[in-house]
This record gives sequence, structure tokens and C-alpha cells, in this order.
Amino acid sequence: MTTTHTPRTLFEKVWQQHLVAEPEGEPSLLYIDLHLVHEVTSPQAFDGLRLAGRKLRRPDRTVATVDHNVPTTSIADRLNIVDQTSSRQVAALRNNCAEFGIEFFDVQSPQQGIVHIIGPELGLTKPGMTIVCGDSHTSTHGAFGSLAFGIGTSEVEHVMATQTLPQGKAKTFRINIEGELPAGVTAKDIVLHIIGEIGTAGATGYVVEYAGSAIRALSMEGRMTICNMSIEGGARAGMIAPDATTFAYLQGRKFSPTGAAWDEAVAHWSELKSDEGAKFDRELNIAAADITPTVSWGTSPGMVTGVKSTVPLPDPTASEADRKNFERALEYMGLEAGTPIEDIKIDTVFLGSCTNGRIEDLRAAAQVIRGYHVATNIRAMVVPGSQAVKAQAESEGLDEIFKTAGFDWREPGCSMCLAMNPDILQPGERCASTSNRNFEGRQGRGGRTHLVSPQMAAAAAVTGHFTDIRTWKFKEAK
Amino acid sequence: MIAIDQLTSIAVPLDISNIDTDQIIPKQFLKRIERTGYGEFLFYDWRRIQEGPQAGEPDTSFVLNDPRYAGAKVLIAGKNFGCGSSREHAAWALTDFGFLVVIAPSFADIFFSNAGKNGMVLVRLPEADVELLTHRSTQNPAHKITINLTTQCVSDDQGYEATFAIDPFRKYCLLNGLDDIGLTLRHAAALDTFESQHNKAFWLQPRTGSVS
Ligand code: SF4
Repeated sequence: MTTTHTPRTLFEKVWQQHLVAEPEGEPSLLYIDLHLVHEVTSPQAFDGLRLAGRKLRRPDRTVATVDHNVPTTSIADRLNIVDQTSSRQVAALRNNCAEFGIEFFDVQSPQQGIVHIIGPELGLTKPGMTIVCGDSHTSTHGAFGSLAFGIGTSEVEHVMATQTLPQGKAKTFRINIEGELPAGVTAKDIVLHIIGEIGTAGATGYVVEYAGSAIRALSMEGRMTICNMSIEGGARAGMIAPDATTFAYLQGRKFSPTGAAWDEAVAHWSELKSDEGAKFDRELNIAAADITPTVSWGTSPGMVTGVKSTVPLPDPTASEADRKNFERALEYMGLEAGTPIEDIKIDTVFLGSCTNGRIEDLRAAAQVIRGYHVATNIRAMVVPGSQAVKAQAESEGLDEIFKTAGFDWREPGCSMCLAMNPDILQPGERCASTSNRNFEGRQGRGGRTHLVSPQMAAAAAVTGHFTDIRTWKFKEAK
Repeated sequence: MIAIDQLTSIAVPLDISNIDTDQIIPKQFLKRIERTGYGEFLFYDWRRIQEGPQAGEPDTSFVLNDPRYAGAKVLIAGKNFGCGSSREHAAWALTDFGFLVVIAPSFADIFFSNAGKNGMVLVRLPEADVELLTHRSTQNPAHKITINLTTQCVSDDQGYEATFAIDPFRKYCLLNGLDDIGLTLRHAAALDTFESQHNKAFWLQPRTGSVS
């Protein structure tokens, strides 16, 4: 008798390996390999543990850092945060980590950074893991073939106490991007394009697997950018099967295995791909050639269009709710339907965030601005995603390129991605941003956010308006 | 956690789709380390005049500032309610303000689970039904809606009636006000067994490199 194994998806494999219990009629209990903690969504969870007299079950599977609240201006400002509520929140995490025995990368630590940047950078993030964090962009870590998703504070407390989470099983959705990406088109454009296609709730209830030759050809940085914004399409998690690119990125990282253990680990990780013939609940094919440099024009990440296009005209067939939404977005953004995207003038450029604050993003932007200067009256800033990214960029002289061009060179953190620290847009201020959310007020009350790739942000900084990067004249290093 | 079975209340109609958690509770209030007191910051920016000499004053045209809706326990909203950031503060702000039920055509995943953990009942209804109820509550602020969790029924004082779907386990937890950690600890033995096996998979451990 021959036994045939049902082909399984990557998600299915990781899911099954972490099932602690499957109680009848209830969500399954899923084991969590890595819990990342930051200052904003954890204080109430630690309080909950204390109130119930519960312990942190696995300090060795827990890591903490500060990112959302920290000023990016100077070390002195970071050590002595003027905003007292921010300061108290950072102090609370510092104290909680000491009390519960959690490794904590504090503001002055060389390992500090945006939580989704340092996980991979330190090799804490590994293929096949389950990873959670009280932050919706935890999906970033799925770029390594892990199942990574954001959770609320009650769930943070639950993981702290039990190292598990009750979870209903998500459906699976494979998005295939086939072919070669046109020059000037980046991972950011891929993901903005996908969200434009499926809508901001298009993947609600699904775990997305990104596949196809265009994805395979991406660096880990690019893959992280894509998985990062899964949540903007409604998916709680995005995954990409690990391959040689993944292993090359991980080898030699601080917490990666070494020697024989490395080889054994790679052997296990190599199993992590969707089997031939595995069934997905939904599939979508997109041709890489159809993707252009993309710019968001509205107040939701699904409101995007190509740089050569215009702000869309109202759709007469849309439902009343959608039509109202459209009008509200245009009004908030101060835009008129039909305006060419390249005619939109900006005031500010923000380069950074867990979407595009990695070394490769900074390199790409630096290449664009080399030999140029930011346009008059433009405020431009670079906020590296982590201390390690900052140090690496400085060792390559990127900081000098940015500073010479008129950019502010900052300390690492979330910064203007959500403007919880002093980096904030004024009402009406228009920003080309490499971050992930263009919601009303996201970067400051009344602020107008346009999501773009680092290259497009850099070009806009120089010209003062959105500019097609495909026709950019790059200047050589002297 | 409060356990709800049946509730009758007037409803606030908020006819906007994709209401994200940044709108429900803006970031400046996420710096607090407490779990309570978020109600006064609910929809903070929408409740205030944004520009001009009166910036910062209450915007009386915003429905939540309309005294005729004071005390409502039901919120009716557009599709994809609660999208965006994972902040549970959104659920805390809604419940602290007094909302125990949200009716919408659809909800975002993380918000959906956060709301459940805070005892909120999220009622998913077809878009046309949501529009009808929105219309009625807009026309008549005294319009009353009743939600019965046991029978999974929504009705109003003008003859509307429909059932809504809810995961049976979620319903059981809501009706009984159950605490998740307590529920999980029923599996403590299975967890110990699983964990001792799983620990051997060093390639799934965060720290397999240098022991620093
Ligand atoms: S960079 Fe932005 S999206 Fe990323 S974790 Fe920080 S605030 Fe969230």
C-alpha cells in the first residue's frame, strides 16, 4: 500500500508544528517561539501579570526594545525625554524588563531600533518560527518564512503568561508576482500595487504567501517591505518561503546558529515551502511588468496610482459609502480629481520606518540624491531603522551624502511614521513618506501623507514634487 | 470583563468606511500606561474643529457631540471597521465611552479579536441592512436597537429583525465573561509536554547563537 501525503502550504507546515492543543469547538492553541515587546502596547499587559500574580513563562523567548516614543534628535534628548508621558512609558518598560528578566535594548544600546528591524538584524527572527508582537507590522518577519502577526495588549499578556495564543486558523491566499521588475520599480511599489488591486480589506481573514519569480529575485530587505504591509491589505500575516537569499542573510547574525548547528538548521528550514499542488483558498497572479512606481493619493493605502497617472476621477458605479469615502479623502488631502500626480508639490520628505528604514533603502535613496540638493523650503529627514543600520550607513558615507543634500540625519526610531515623538506634520503639510499608513492624521493632525518608495521619496525631495524615478539622471560618485 | 446578554439602546450612526484605529484613538493617547480612562479621547480629532480660529473646540456637527445620542451603547459604522494598528486602546476607548456593540458590514481582524477580549459584541450585517439602520438612527436619534446575544438577533423599534453570525466559542466566552488566560491554563499539562519536545528544535529558538 502506498501512502500519499496531502500537499501542504508553507502556512500549514508552520501552523501544525506549533499546535499545542486543538480543543473541540474552540480556537486552537498555538505555541509562540518569539515574543517581541515595545513600550506602547506592553505596560497594561505587565500590570495584568502582576495583578494576577502570574510569571513571565519564557523570558528566553522574549525581547524588548524602545522605538515608538523615542526622540530622534540626539542621544541627550533620548536619555532625557521631555514629554513626560512618553518618558514614563519608556521608564515603565525599562522597569518591567528588569523585574521580569527580559533582555532589553534600551535607547543607547547598539542593538536598539524599530522592533521589526532588529528582530531580523540580530538573527532572532528565524524561518519556521511563530512570532508575535503588540504591533500590526509584525507581519514583516514573515519574509523569513515565519508565521508572524500583530496582537493586542490582552494577547500580549496571554503570551507572556503562557507562551501560547488561542487562534482560529486563517485561510490561505497566494499572490504570485511573475516576471522581471521594470527598472525603478521596487518592493514598495509591488506591495502598494497589490493593495490597490485587492483593497484594504482584500486579505482579511487570510495569511498571504507571496511567491513567483519577482519575489524570489528580491533581497531580504525587499521581501520584508512586502510582508510588512500585508496588514494594509487586511492580512494579519504575510509569508515568503525561505531560500538561499534568506540563509545568506541570516548566516553570521548575532543569534544565528553556527557550525554544525547552522547546517542542521538550514536543512530544517529548507523544508519550509508550499508543496507542489498545495491548495490555497485564493490565488492572484500579477505580472511584474504591469507594476509602475506607485504613489498613494488618498487616506487609505488602497488609494494608490502610478506616478504617470492622475488623482482618479469619481467612479459613477461606486456605492454611496465608497463615493463618500472618496470625496472625504480628496478633501482631506486637499487634492482635485484629475490632477497629474507629478504636479503634486510636497513640503516634507520622511525616509524611514519598519517598511523602508533598512540599509538597502538608505543606499537606494542616497544614490538618487547624490550630487543634488533638496528643493527650497523642503524639510527632509532620514531616520535609520536601527542603530545597526545607522552605523552601517555611516561607515559607507551615506550620512554625508544625505547631509550634503540637505537632509536631516537622525537617531533610530519610528519617528514620523506615526508621530508619537516630536517628529510631526503640521496641519496641511504634505509629505512624501516611505512609511506604511496614510490615514488621516497619522503623521500629525491634518498632515497629508503620500506613500512611496525610498527612491521616489528621494527624487521628490530634490524636485519638490512627485517625479518619475524611471527617468532620473543619476550622478556618479566623484 | 462584563458579560452581556441582551441590550437595547439608541445608536450612533457613523457612516464612514475603513474607520481605522488611528481615528478611534489617536496616537498621543497611547503613551498612557493605564488601561482605563480612554473614553474621553475616543475619535478625538473628529470631535474637534480642526482649523480656523475655533480650532480645538468641540465640533458640534460631529455626531458623537450631538447630545441627542448621549448614552448610546451601540455604534453603527461602515465596512472594514477597526483597520490599521493593533492598538487595543481602540477597544478600551470604545467600551470606556460606553459602546458595547458595533454594527458594521465587516471588521478588521486584529480589532475583532481585541474587541472580543474586552467584552464587546461585534455584529456583522449585510451592507444594505447597515445602511437601513444608519438611516433610521440618523433620521431619528431616539431610534432603538436591540441585540440579543443568546438568540443572535438584532431588531429595532420599527420592525427590523435579523440574525447575525458569531463563532460559538466567542459567544460562550462573551456570555460568561471568561478570561482567556484561565481558559488556556486548562491545557497546562499538554503545554508542558509540547514545550519540552518543542525546545529541542533549536532552529526555532530565538537565541541559538552566541550566548551573550
Ligand atoms: S515604524 Fe511605524 S509601522 Fe513600524 S513599528 Fe514603528 S510606528 Fe509601527
